[in-house]
Amino acid sequence: MFKKILIANRGEIALRIQRACRELGVKSVVVYSEADRDAKYVKLADEAVCIGPAPSGQSYLNMPAIIATAEVTDAEAIHPGYGFLSESADFAERVEKSGFTFIGPTPEAIRIMGDKVSAKQAMIKSGVPCVPGSEGALPEDPKEAIKAARAIGYPVIIKAAGGGGGRGMRVVHTEAALVSAVQMTRAEAGAAFGNPAVYMEKFLQNPRHVEIQVLADTHKNAVWLGERDCSMQRRHQKIIEEAPAPGIQRRVIEKMGERCIAACKKINYRGAGTFEFLYENGEFFFIEMNTRVQVEHPVTEWVTGIDIVQMQIRIAAGEKLPFPQRAIACRGHAIECRINAEDPFKFTPSPGRVTMWHPPGGPGVRVDSHAYTNYVVPPNYDSMIGKIIVHGDNREQALARMRTALSETVVEGIQTNIPLHRELMVDAKFIEGGTSIHYLEGWLDQHKR
Amino acid sequence: MDLRKLKTLIDLVSESNISELEIAEADGKVRIVKTPTGAPATAPATPVAQLVAAPAAASEREAAEASPQAPAGNVVKSPMVGTFYRSASPGAAAFVEVGSVVKVGEPICIIEAMKIMNEIEADAAGTIREILCENGQAVEFGQPLFVIE
Repeated sequence: MFKKILIANRGEIALRIQRACRELGVKSVVVYSEADRDAKYVKLADEAVCIGPAPSGQSYLNMPAIIATAEVTDAEAIHPGYGFLSESADFAERVEKSGFTFIGPTPEAIRIMGDKVSAKQAMIKSGVPCVPGSEGALPEDPKEAIKAARAIGYPVIIKAAGGGGGRGMRVVHTEAALVSAVQMTRAEAGAAFGNPAVYMEKFLQNPRHVEIQVLADTHKNAVWLGERDCSMQRRHQKIIEEAPAPGIQRRVIEKMGERCIAACKKINYRGAGTFEFLYENGEFFFIEMNTRVQVEHPVTEWVTGIDIVQMQIRIAAGEKLPFPQRAIACRGHAIECRINAEDPFKFTPSPGRVTMWHPPGGPGVRVDSHAYTNYVVPPNYDSMIGKIIVHGDNREQALARMRTALSETVVEGIQTNIPLHRELMVDAKFIEGGTSIHYLEGWLDQHKR
Repeated sequence: MDLRKLKTLIDLVSESNISELEIAEADGKVRIVKTPTGAPATAPATPVAQLVAAPAAASEREAAEASPQAPAGNVVKSPMVGTFYRSASPGAAAFVEVGSVVKVGEPICIIEAMKIMNEIEADAAGTIREILCENGQAVEFGQPLFVIE
């Protein structure tokens, strides 16, 4: 086991990793930008090093600063969290070349899965069904794009190969709009991801977002830890997640889980990862793989009883997975609400001082947050300041627990999306379960304030 | 002032209602300040030999200062994380000493990061009044290195 790990991230996930290290008896070093000087996990850190000014480019995305910090603190491994450099194959490579362990997959695996075109090709080879689409990246010739769209059938969606996480996408409903849509997406992709390659997929009308969590060790073992339904999204950003996915036959999920494991073994995957699918009419379609721990990992932790972040660390330290597939069971139901510092209906960001932070508690309630009373939410990063996750014996009890938890939660001084969550938890269609990825935006349109 | 005496004084301040204690003796002056704030109780910050520990207010924090004033004059801060060296190579003469006169742009130290030696230049002209780090010390972004007057 490592003696010291450097946590190359911020916010609630930095605290999460710090907790996992503490439980394992591993010392941790936290890096922080000047804007995060007063973060809770910085105050609680064994060691904390300021690596730059507030802008991410000069701090959390600053590879030399992070690696230099590992050097001067004699850290042995680096945990990249999610976002920032967690899916940078370059960073993983530099970390390893500098003599540290990158807590995650190999740079090669990150590269294959990071390019959404090569990821799909790898999945097709492993027998994982994908959304029907262009064979690879769209060639420059606009006639090819028109041909591809006709073969796939409208509506189609143009996606950046270097994108992912909901960014760099455009839906096209008619042939007349196609060519300019492809051009615009290419230009945006070049600017945002440094890679103008785009590909095309069939745009599914009412799919659900269902993903499968996997763990793979360095001893050729791989397991899947059940699925999550993350269909409640706004602008491709998840707001509510749950496990298991309501109303999907276990046998169908199992089959997909087995395919994902086969794919992991084929690409020599290591660590934690998530295969994301669109699910429609009983069919699964692979869209992308996330080669890191995800924000919503707690719902899987609740239903399986497995600590995913600790498993990441243990796998990176060379340990074998301590359980076979048959020992993994799914018990009860878990729901997570992401708490964002924003206007609940206009979504304008609301950074600033939290004058009162009173989180909920009680049986089956977990709060993952780095916030505290008098904490100042900096304006420089994304707006998520915490997650409330509940577990119940079944979905009804989980919903009831979340309603109770949300009713007890007090956050003053800034705005949060808690009022939105309170309304969604009593929404009839959400309570019924199985709503599509378009449901929340439709709901927001209907409930305009 | 020896460390045991210092520790006794720190414990004294910590356990009492005293919020500030200053003692001047022949061999130096010590000021110990206890600053409670509204933030919730956390583990006490470890004061620290080489590298920096958690900065900023915790609900109780004692800071021992060898001299009561913050550095006056222009403080040169580290632009990166790395190891601070006083000279270009081991055994070579230090770039500057206390009292050295420097011009803007003159190299005053090296910060090594990832095997690359980065020359740090004076950002003001004047005389080196204080050297705040030791040769070989690990430094973080923003850490004060020199005072130039």
